[in-house]
Amino acid sequence: MAFIPGQPVTAVVQRIEIQKLRQGDNLILGFSIGGGIDQDPGQNPYSEDKTDKGIYVTRITPGGPADAAGLMMGDKIMQVNGWDMTMVTHDQARRTLTKKKEDVVRLLVTRKSLEEAVKQSMSYPRQ
Amino acid sequence: MDTEPTPLATPITPAAREIKPTWDDNWGETTTAVTGTSELSVSQEEVVGLGKEIQDRTQGFRRYLPLAVGLCVGLLVLATPLVFLLLPAVMWPDRLQACGAACEGLFLSISFKLLILLVAVWALFLRPGRASLPRVCVYRAFLTTLTLLLTMSYWLFYGVRILDAQDEDYHGIVQFAVSLVDSQLFVHYLAVVLLELRQLRPCYSVCVIRSTDGETRHYNIGQLSIQRAALSILEYYYRDFPLHNPALLSASKHRAAKHLAGLKVYNVDAPGNTAGAQPGNGNQSRAMVSAAAKRKDSAHNELYYEEADYERRVRKRRARLVVAVEEAFTHVRRMKKEDERASPSDIMDVREAALAIFPSMARALQKYLRTTRRQHCHSMESIQKHLAFCLVNNMSPKAFLEAYLAPGPTLQYGPERWMADQWTLVSEASVTSGIKEGTEFLLRCLDFSLAVTIKGIPYIRLTEEYIDPKSHKFILLLQSETSV
Repeated sequence: MAFIPGQPVTAVVQRIEIQKLRQGDNLILGFSIGGGIDQDPGQNPYSEDKTDKGIYVTRITPGGPADAAGLMMGDKIMQVNGWDMTMVTHDQARRTLTKKKEDVVRLLVTRKSLEEAVKQSMSYPRQ
Repeated sequence: MDTEPTPLATPITPAAREIKPTWDDNWGETTTAVTGTSELSVSQEEVVGLGKEIQDRTQGFRRYLPLAVGLCVGLLVLATPLVFLLLPAVMWPDRLQACGAACEGLFLSISFKLLILLVAVWALFLRPGRASLPRVCVYRAFLTTLTLLLTMSYWLFYGVRILDAQDEDYHGIVQFAVSLVDSQLFVHYLAVVLLELRQLRPCYSVCVIRSTDGETRHYNIGQLSIQRAALSILEYYYRDFPLHNPALLSASKHRAAKHLAGLKVYNVDAPGNTAGAQPGNGNQSRAMVSAAAKRKDSAHNELYYEEADYERRVRKRRARLVVAVEEAFTHVRRMKKEDERASPSDIMDVREAALAIFPSMARALQKYLRTTRRQHCHSMESIQKHLAFCLVNNMSPKAFLEAYLAPGPTLQYGPERWMADQWTLVSEASVTSGIKEGTEFLLRCLDFSLAVTIKGIPYIRLTEEYIDPKSHKFILLLQSETSV
């Protein structure tokens, strides 16, 4: 998932829709994010390319909304409700995800296994 | 406590020879004749001819003869200008032209220069020598010759130009004398540079290894002749190397002997031949051969366990010693104001206090020293003296014990251990030649020797790099995790 500056980024993504859960005054999604253009990419354990400054899912609360929707640990979030997440600061990502007016977030996430799955399916001859 | 075994055996006395420590804190080295002082090398032949059997007497004689000779030459050097000035005034006073203020200025300058020369000669040369080196120092011989040449040539000119011609110009004579004193001062400057300053800048690194136990030290010395370098190294030896203890080497000698004994058995009875000829012998020799082989295999095992056992014993004895000493030290303390009312039998001076607490720790100390095989280095007398010293200076028990826990430098022990007059310099190059990269020589004492190797200090090239103080900039690398 390395990107070449100036070229468009291509990735195989999965669409995940998460319903926010109301807990008291807060709407929570049930996962934690790490990364961002203002963070140190070398410390990210989930990225393949250690210069990747994208937003990654670092932890998922078991039984929470994200878990139920099928989000996995180590996923890179490419878009949230149409907003780009590949070149944002950590704080911007947090704010985009936790907008109080939205009940639902539609994420586009990518992970290594998706690419492999596509490759595998493409290698089988079509009938 | 009176059945105290006289522990620490009597110190070893060398046979018959009077031991004179040949080191001195005054720096004036000796050659056979040219001791710290002399500017005269002729006397070396005389001294060498005095013969070896009266060496005891000549030891004292040889040390001070060059001093006497140096004094004579120094007096000659100092008296010559004065004689130059006085002779015309004595021999033809009526024909002498009086000279006014210029002469008086010159007289003042002569007197002060002579005073400075006197002090300088005393400081550099007129000191008892601190060592007796095998050969004459080349620089000292050179300087002596130079001085005498100078003085003789001045006398020659004086005799011909002034005495014979009976010169009347006193001003000229005074200037002549002043020029002699100036030249002598410059020769003295040359002496300072050659004898003292030249060896101050370190340019060689010296590695000294003791042959018996491998103690190694490294030093930096400057440009010196081999014999003077050997002298410096010996002074460092007396300061830095722990005392040579022959008792500690017996273990490795024992092992070596056992190893050799095993080998002998293996070689003498070869395993093949014994089957037919002497069956009884054959069995025995085969047994010995296998025993020897096993012994060879287990030698390292034995060493390991022996050393571990020794360590443990030493540590146990040491623990007992530390406890005994600490306990002994609690029994005595300095008298304070309020103790003045105590009974007079309780008030002791330091010697008695040391004697009073010594018996309680003597046994533990003796056992410890026996285990570490240093009991012959410390006599009871010396221990009590050290104890008194520690009490006077308010030292803790640990401070008192440090002297016994590890072997100190050789000078810490009695003069019978110094062996300062037994050193021999063994060298392939001439001992008056300068040391160079790769020089090696041996300093042999009675039962051990110091192997000395010399390496040059490398030429160091130092380059600079300028850092702008404003160029120190940092960024913060975060990796935060937020739960949403």
